Amino acid sequence: MARKPIQFRLNGKDEAVFVEEGQNLLDALRRQVGDTSPKYGCGQGTCGACTVLVDGEPRLSCLMLAESAEGASIETTAGLAGAELHPLQRAFLDGFAAQCGYCTSGMLMSAKALLDRNPSPTREQVVDAISGNICRCTGYEPIIDAILDAAARGAGRRSA
Amino acid sequence: MNERPTPSAHKGAVHRPVIHDSAERHVTGSALYVDDMPELPGTLHIHVGMSERAHARLRAIDLQSVRTAPGVVAVLTAGDIPGVNDVSPVHAGDDPIFAEDIVEYAGQPIFAVAAETLQAARNAARLARIDYEELPAIITLDEALAAATDLAPAPELRLGDPDAAISASPHRLSGTLHVGGQDHFYLEGQVAYAIPGEGADMLVHASTQHPSEVQHLVGCMLGVPDHAVTVEVRRMGGGFGGKESQPALIAAIAALAARRTGRPAKLRLDRDDDMVMTGKRHDFRLDYELGYDADGRIQGARFEFAARCGRSLDLSNAIADRAMFHADNAYALPNAYVHARRMKTHTVSNTAFRGFGGPQGMMAIERAIDEIAFALGRDPLEVRRANVYPADGSALTPYHMAVTDSVLDELTEELAASSDYRTRRAAIRASNAESTAIKRGIALTPVKFGISFTTTHLNQAGALVHVYKDGSVHLNHGGTEMGQGLFVKVGQVVAEAFGIELDQVKITATTTAKVPNTSATAASAGSDLNGMAAAAAAQTIKARLAAFAAKKHNIAEEHVVFEAGRVRIGNQEMSFAELAHQAWMGRVSLSSTGFYATPDIHYDRATGRGRPFYYFAYGAAVSEVAIDTLTGETRLLRVDILHDAGRSLNPAIDMGQIEGGFIQGLGWLTSEELWWNDEGRLRTHAPSTYKIPTANDRPDDMRIAIWAKGENREPTIHRSKAVGEPPLMLAISAFSAITDAACAATGYRAFPRLDAPATPERILMAIREATGRAGKK
Repeated sequence: MARKPIQFRLNGKDEAVFVEEGQNLLDALRRQVGDTSPKYGCGQGTCGACTVLVDGEPRLSCLMLAESAEGASIETTAGLAGAELHPLQRAFLDGFAAQCGYCTSGMLMSAKALLDRNPSPTREQVVDAISGNICRCTGYEPIIDAILDAAARGAGRRSA
Repeated sequence: MNERPTPSAHKGAVHRPVIHDSAERHVTGSALYVDDMPELPGTLHIHVGMSERAHARLRAIDLQSVRTAPGVVAVLTAGDIPGVNDVSPVHAGDDPIFAEDIVEYAGQPIFAVAAETLQAARNAARLARIDYEELPAIITLDEALAAATDLAPAPELRLGDPDAAISASPHRLSGTLHVGGQDHFYLEGQVAYAIPGEGADMLVHASTQHPSEVQHLVGCMLGVPDHAVTVEVRRMGGGFGGKESQPALIAAIAALAARRTGRPAKLRLDRDDDMVMTGKRHDFRLDYELGYDADGRIQGARFEFAARCGRSLDLSNAIADRAMFHADNAYALPNAYVHARRMKTHTVSNTAFRGFGGPQGMMAIERAIDEIAFALGRDPLEVRRANVYPADGSALTPYHMAVTDSVLDELTEELAASSDYRTRRAAIRASNAESTAIKRGIALTPVKFGISFTTTHLNQAGALVHVYKDGSVHLNHGGTEMGQGLFVKVGQVVAEAFGIELDQVKITATTTAKVPNTSATAASAGSDLNGMAAAAAAQTIKARLAAFAAKKHNIAEEHVVFEAGRVRIGNQEMSFAELAHQAWMGRVSLSSTGFYATPDIHYDRATGRGRPFYYFAYGAAVSEVAIDTLTGETRLLRVDILHDAGRSLNPAIDMGQIEGGFIQGLGWLTSEELWWNDEGRLRTHAPSTYKIPTANDRPDDMRIAIWAKGENREPTIHRSKAVGEPPLMLAISAFSAITDAACAATGYRAFPRLDAPATPERILMAIREATGRAGKK
């Protein structure tokens, strides 16, 4: 099968990998680069577990062709923490926003995309921003609260 | 005098809201699930070829093109299995790994392809040519009842003389309720990674709630003793019962590929395949007949249930039994008869799902009580409260167990007051009179849920605790972590026992090599069983340490006291680490197993009598809904919950279980609809067509409290109560509230006989049918 070289930045670091024709970005990140923080949930763009940021926009990496990431800047949960946890991570951790943790990476990325463009969202805006991310364990309240909490801690201003 | 921290004041002790032990890994994306584990060189990827027919004879299976497709290393069928072609959790012999002559559901595995890449395996599988001779298929429950396809004889529960009591009652009613099934949709789908070892050895990393069963069934499949197979699970991305019996199939296929090729092999199902291939919550038909008096007190009740089991037995007997055990839900029935048939259909074999038949079993009586209240023109809450199990322990369940720990009267009244139920109900009825299209409804429903595996021998657990000479502790037990917080709770128990910080306790992956013969992490019993087993192991080590310290310091053993952050030995103090080091120097064993078997439970299935449950968990919820009577659309406006978690081991973790359980129950009863076509093909096999609650579906106003007075009357681990399953059934309040709103749409002139899930379509049909009846009056 034809393998195509692509280059992109992942969490601020240059990556170059060979991808198969038709391979999706999720698979390329997990298998070629070894970043397993984005998760395979449904493979058809309806659960949100694979959400990553591509040039700042939340994208369902299971639906995006890897080769279309050529030259893009990609962010995943694995790169969210600096020397300390990102305020979103801290708020999720303190707020019991993860139970099984499998949706958490996608939730954090959807939340970061929101706070990056809107540092002080309303509750409705938070709900809207994560409405494409399924969590099967919590009833969403701890997640919504954590995102609002992170906003209050200045998460959006920090990363903007 | 120095201030001493009380034992419960140190971080990580019991009854405190300690964060999940994996929380930091969850938020940094570094928590490893099976599919995230680094793959060994040569790892193969597996795709499963499934039946396209619900019921057919396999005339020919032509896999020649599959074998020669690019990247394919092995193609596996039933003939490749060295041992037994069965993964039935009850050894019924009716769960073949690969179909041999007959297929009995669309989605049943026929063969598997192991290839260098998953895409290669998928592509190759499409080249299979399977020649089916179609056979008549039974798809629906009503078809199964008509054909009497009972998989197993159904036992009966009988208390008093229900028929005479119903006949003698001044009022009677009867009805039928259909309750749908539910897909687990654990975010992490089914996955197993098998690594062949020396000789016959096989290591399987599996996403399973039941490692010991996976071990045993993989051993049977390979034709090797259990000792040759090790199953390990660090964490699951959700389980909900869907990873109790189902993972054995996945692990068996991975292990077979690993055995046949000598290479590591991984099977991670694609989501659609997972939804089509693996079992779900049973849908039920519930028939009921009750007699009651003018105050709504039930005099006698008959329940005839039927469960759609799908093509094999799986856990259906225990699930249908639990449905029977919960036919009474929270209500003392002086005379009762309960029966639940277990029907075979040519659909996927249904399995455990949070509540395990209990939720379905409760639905009939909750509907019936709403109907009684309507018939008598009373508030359903008053009818409920007139029937709840009394606190004095005088009432028996239909299986002749005295309910001695009922807090239902107190708890429901407290919730009615805190939620302002009565005022709001009056306001809702007033506003419904004014509103033409939007109708609101409210309901308070209680839950009583029996805690213990009803298969008595499963109520056992083991643990293994090592204390290292630096005072740090290694904790292992037979329970599995699926997000519910079991590991942190048991860690808290051990930290409390030794008086050390939780970060001194390493909570380790569940493995069959450390604790053998474990039961599934199921029946809400994870903390009850494994917490006690770990406490027993810690107690053994503490006793050895105390004996050592007492001898060394020449004092009585009772003067060696483990306190928070220190050990007091007479009038001296030392750290736990110092004592551990001294004990090691003194050649004392610092490792112990611990074991627990739930006491005082017994049940005779033949007579339908006994004490199958150690205790009951209680809770209640008030839901307020609005329905758009033009579209059938529903909105949950407010929910108030009061739940009895005993003396909670970790109130924050338990709050998560309560809220999450409620929302999952809400999905089951309102939006999650499994739909098979006439050919028996599941058409709702992805979240695009199967509606799981999202952040948008939760009520904006949700007020949850753990009952402050809660305390287990039995000596469970620190007097806590199991909390995994019971809150799911609190969502019945939403279903009753929708019924109330639909009743308002008839002008309160007819009772709408709503089926579950209460989708917009069903709501509209129920209103139309009820309005039609009202018109004829």
